[in-house]
Parts: sequence; structure tokens; C-alpha cells
Amino acid sequence: MADGLTTPASTSSTARPLAWRRATVTRIVQETPRVRTIVFDVPEWPGHRAGQHVDVRLTAEDGYQTERSYSIASPPEDARISLTIERLEDGEVSSYLVGELRVGDTIELRGPIGGHFVWDFSDGGPLVLVGGGSGIVPLMAMLRHRALASADVQRALPARLLYSSREWSEVIYRDELARLAADDPTLRIVHTITRKPPLGWTGFRRRIDRAMLEAFAGTAAERPRLFVCGPTPLVESVADTLVTLTYDPATIRTERFGPTGGT
Amino acid sequence: MTSPISRGFRGRRAAPGAAKLPPGQYETHDFPVLSAGPTPHTPLATWSFTLTGAGGQKARWSWAEFEALPHEQLTTDIHCVTKWSKFGTEWSGVSIDALLAAGAAMGVQPAPYVVAACDGGYTTNVPLADLTNGKGWIAVGYDGAPLPAEHGGPARLLVPHLYFWKSAKWIRELRLLERDAPGFWERLGYHNYGDPWREQRYAGDE
Repeated sequence: MADGLTTPASTSSTARPLAWRRATVTRIVQETPRVRTIVFDVPEWPGHRAGQHVDVRLTAEDGYQTERSYSIASPPEDARISLTIERLEDGEVSSYLVGELRVGDTIELRGPIGGHFVWDFSDGGPLVLVGGGSGIVPLMAMLRHRALASADVQRALPARLLYSSREWSEVIYRDELARLAADDPTLRIVHTITRKPPLGWTGFRRRIDRAMLEAFAGTAAERPRLFVCGPTPLVESVADTLVTLTYDPATIRTERFGPTGGT
Repeated sequence: MTSPISRGFRGRRAAPGAAKLPPGQYETHDFPVLSAGPTPHTPLATWSFTLTGAGGQKARWSWAEFEALPHEQLTTDIHCVTKWSKFGTEWSGVSIDALLAAGAAMGVQPAPYVVAACDGGYTTNVPLADLTNGKGWIAVGYDGAPLPAEHGGPARLLVPHLYFWKSAKWIRELRLLERDAPGFWERLGYHNYGDPWREQRYAGDE
């Protein structure tokens, strides 16, 4: 992690509160059987950086409220905010967002939140992203942001994504990732499918391990900007392995999720 | 602004008599892991804990010396700013009161503000008054076993009445200061104090 003492001050006691804003659903995309992208119109959205998240608040008729945090999937350039949400078993909020919410419905959002797991062109590259499952979401915001840069900027900031999914049918953004890689020789995307690869699959079919990272992540001397997001065991194992491969721990940024019970 | 009703949202209610949650929190029975970088693994043989006074005086303990300080057991609720709360967690560790007493004998005097500094570079700030009188610990045990590395072992700060990012993992030093000095998340948009009952999540929350 970056030394907190060198992080630029971005807040003070005079900061304005992050207001709750009404967010209206304008579009819903079914990404996989359990995952949906929900596109919101959020008037006066202050803008965000790739990798940041929002808080979502739901209110029941009797006034009961609950909140959750979700990564933003859309790049800073988009006028609308996209959240890609996986329906969790027993998920109080995710089952509502994935199962019940319809175009035209309104919920509340506030953000953007988080100033560490973020990437901008000015942060430099190479950009090395490692994701598992729905951990792809904040990484996708970075890839979408990068895809909107000029070819010169893309060449200067080569990017790689190593993405682990259990089944081919569970690969979130599968077609869009293929298009991004096809359009851009400076972007390399490698999938590993740990449980149910498609017929004729010749790629990786095991959990991300040292050999895979050694072949994929480039040399520590390149000082890549490393972002790792996924379930806790994947992130722990990948981050530990990257440290043993002599990447500077300060350049490895992580976001872990689950198991969190009632999310 | 009144919150709009989320059409079709019923939500889950706590069972009657259940412990109360701070606003915006939900209960989890797992123990989620959240950290901004890789988990440090400092061997106990090279681990030490330092209490630094505002004037630069230092008291330092090796792991064996730290283990010889009086330890307490406590059961407490914890509240993470990412929305989960966990009731009835069991910890063991050295109270900040005991640490300050031991430090005073080594020439380190109290000061009104504290910064916790950790392996990996993480920092967080807490007023000293929020750590004393039985409100703060250096925890080394969780649920009857040594604190696992992913949860901050060998030692983490434990300040359960504030959001859990204040309970800094992998702690190696408490710096006593005359003036407040915001830490890692406090400078990245999170609240400087972080009281879950007042929902002080982000800078600007009242």
C-alpha cells in the first residue's frame, strides 16, 4: 500500500457532505444468469475516477432503510452511472437490485467514494489488472477509461487483465472484453476458467497461481500499476504471490469482498 | 430531502430483542477482510511495538516483552464503514491504559492526539481520549487464537466504538502528538473521527 504519509490531502474538516442523490434506472443489461448491469441517470453527478464506488440506499414503505457499497462500472467519461451487481444468495439488497428493480424505478446513491483503488492516465502504466468473479467491475471501469484514450496514450500505457471465472457462462463483460482486446494491440486479456470451461477450451483452467502471474504480470522492474480485486482468498493469494515475485508492495492495490453474509 | 420509497423493497428487519445496529449497517456472521494492499507477514522475532511521545521519547517492546504486559479479554461489537457490523466478537490484548502506564515508566508522556502506524505504510488517527479509560487495545488474540495475519495479526489496534478502519491492522507504533494528523483513509475522503452511531463515514458527514 502507498504510504499514507505521501498521499495528497484531499479532504479537510470543511469538506462538503456527500449528498444522497436520486438515481433513476434507465437501462438494465443481463450480463450473466446472476449478474446485471443497472444504468442510472443521476442528476448533478459530481464525476468519479475509475475504480471508485458508491453507496446505495434503499427505503421500504415503512421507512426501513439499508445501505450497501458497489463499485462503479462506467468510466468517468460516461454521463450515466453503471453498477454491475451479482445476486448473492440470501442478499437483502443484491436480490432486490438484480431481481426486482425495473427501468423507471428510483433509488438513492451517494459518492464517489474511495481514493486509493483508482487509476487515471496520469498514474501511468503498465496497468496490470487481476480479477476474480465480480471483482472485474472496478477493473472494467479502468479498461473502459483507457479504451477512450488516444492510440498514443494507449501505447504509452499498455494494459493486461488476468480474469478468473468459475464457468464460461459466468464471465462478466465477456463480449465487450473480447472486442476491447481485438481493437487494441496494447491490451492483453487472459481468462482462466476454474470449473466449467467451454468445449474446446485451450486456456488456463486452474486458480490463479505463481506460474500464471509470472508469465502474465511482466517484470517487477517495469513497476506496473497492479490492481487486484475479487473474493478474499483470491486477493490474499495473488497479492502474496506478487510480493514474493518482488513487486513493490506499495504498487499493489487491492480490494477484497466476501464472504460478508447478508450483502 | 425525504428518501423516495424503493418500489417493491421490503428488506429484512432485525428480530425483536436483537442488538441494535448503527444507521445504515447490516449484521454479518462472517468476518470480512478489507485492506488496501497485500497482507504483511512480519516474523515475531523481528516484530516490535513502539510508543513514541510528542517530544520524540520512545518506549519499545519486543514480542516477548509485549506478551509480558497485562492482557485483557473483551467481547465487543464492531462496525465497518463498508456497512457490515458483527456482534459479540471476542478479543484479547493489551489496553492502551496499560500501555501508557508502562510507557510513562519509560519516560513517554501522554499527548492529546495519536497516530497509529503499521507495517505496509497504513496510518490512522484517533484522539487519545478515545483510546483510554477502557476504550482502546492493542489486540493480539481473536476468538481464542492468535490474531490471523489477514485480520491484522500479529497485533492490531482495537477501537470498537469507532468505524473499524480506525482499528489499524499490523500496528507497530502509536505516535502521541500535540496536534491532530489525519491518516491514510482520513486523507482519502473518509471522516476524520468516524462515529458509527452518527454515521460519520465520509468527510463532511456531520
